[in-house]
Amino acid sequence: MRATAFVWPLTAAIALATTQVAAQSRFEQYQKMVGEDSPAELFVLVGADLWRKKQGPKNASLERCDLGKGPGVVKGAYASMPRYFKDTGNVEDPETRVLYCMMTLQGRDRKEALKRPFGNADKPSEMEYLMAYLAFESRGYKIHPGKSHPKEKRAYELGKQLFFARTGLWDFSCASCHGTEGLRIRMSDLPVLSKAGPARAAMSTWPAYRVSNSQMKTMQWRINNCYRQMRTPEPNWGSEVVNSMHMYLMVTAEGGTYAGPGTKR
Amino acid sequence: MTTKKWMLAAGLTALVFSPAAVADLSYAEVQQIIKRDFHAKGQAKMDRLDQDVVQRVCTQSDDKPPADVAKAIEADQLAAIPFPSGSLMGDWKKGASSAWSGRGMQWHEDPKKPSGGGCYNCHEISAKRTSFGTIGPSLRGFGKKRGSGPDMQKYVYGKIYNAKAYSLCSHMPRFGTTGSLTEQQIKDLVAYILDSNSPNNQ
Repeated sequence: MRATAFVWPLTAAIALATTQVAAQSRFEQYQKMVGEDSPAELFVLVGADLWRKKQGPKNASLERCDLGKGPGVVKGAYASMPRYFKDTGNVEDPETRVLYCMMTLQGRDRKEALKRPFGNADKPSEMEYLMAYLAFESRGYKIHPGKSHPKEKRAYELGKQLFFARTGLWDFSCASCHGTEGLRIRMSDLPVLSKAGPARAAMSTWPAYRVSNSQMKTMQWRINNCYRQMRTPEPNWGSEVVNSMHMYLMVTAEGGTYAGPGTKR
Repeated sequence: MTTKKWMLAAGLTALVFSPAAVADLSYAEVQQIIKRDFHAKGQAKMDRLDQDVVQRVCTQSDDKPPADVAKAIEADQLAAIPFPSGSLMGDWKKGASSAWSGRGMQWHEDPKKPSGGGCYNCHEISAKRTSFGTIGPSLRGFGKKRGSGPDMQKYVYGKIYNAKAYSLCSHMPRFGTTGSLTEQQIKDLVAYILDSNSPNNQ
């Protein structure tokens, strides 16, 4: 009798572990499968054209944009952001920085340039195309965001505290879903974003083309979407909160090989 | 009451001054930055960013509050649950629809339409459906294993209404306290979890 009582939970545990492993590998296989021949490449091509397109009151392109490696250098830039920029005095991620270049180089109004940062399947946003292009130009580079300037250190610390802070109507923190190994939401594996390994896998593949809704999504969108599901108000686009969260995640992923734009479920 | 308040204050002070706190960015500063960097949208108003005692204590203790502090706050949370009189078993069929619906309370959603509980996001709640999360424990066969008497009904009702009354830093939302689910919806979910005819117990 005692033996039976002992064997039952053990059998149940093995059965559970087996189904979980099987489910996980199916999810991973699916992620891998959708990555082949991805429409992400189309976004890269359109983004490259947009980068060189003269527009705005100054009729200029973004080609002279300084992404931290000097004006006009795009190779490896995405993988080395967010970082501190002397001209703005702020830590900026690629999206925030590109907006600055639209305003300064092209002379565009902030409101106009930010009218539609997140697109949809029918009409992707300019930023989504541009991020796909910049991401592609960092493929193969090591992830190494800025870490030395006091404002970069502050961004990391703020991002880290935000990651673990309980907030919103439903009391979630980012760690509620992304803080424990081996968890799933519905059928999707949840990466532990406070650990280097899973953070590298995740951060090296954003921005990403989402097969489930046929859209190229940026990192700022991803953070925004997490907060939406956490039932908070909306984080301001390009704010210190968003840039700092991005910084925390990229520093955690440091050393990984950048491989974006990714393709996901 | 006075003793309890004192205990709580002592516990919180200990947390604030714990060495785990980051020196250059205080808790208060972070809260200010959060309020500056968000805006109200749709039904998601700014007051959702005000941390109550539960969120504050869990944030400051990295989800590991001192036992006496946790116990005192859990007791307050439990005392605030308005348990309806009579049977808490609603209709499991209606419960099923909120258990499998993840909508509700987000800034883009119509607040006039009922929210779901989104139970399946985190819990296994049926033998038949394979899409379920594992953030919370499996609830499959819960009623079969643990019975469905008045005490169990009250426990499940209370847990859905305010999970923090039972485990302070649980990751489960307080569906009743936050007005996300109505009394009737929670009763229907109690039935979904406990009723022997529910798919959860088949």
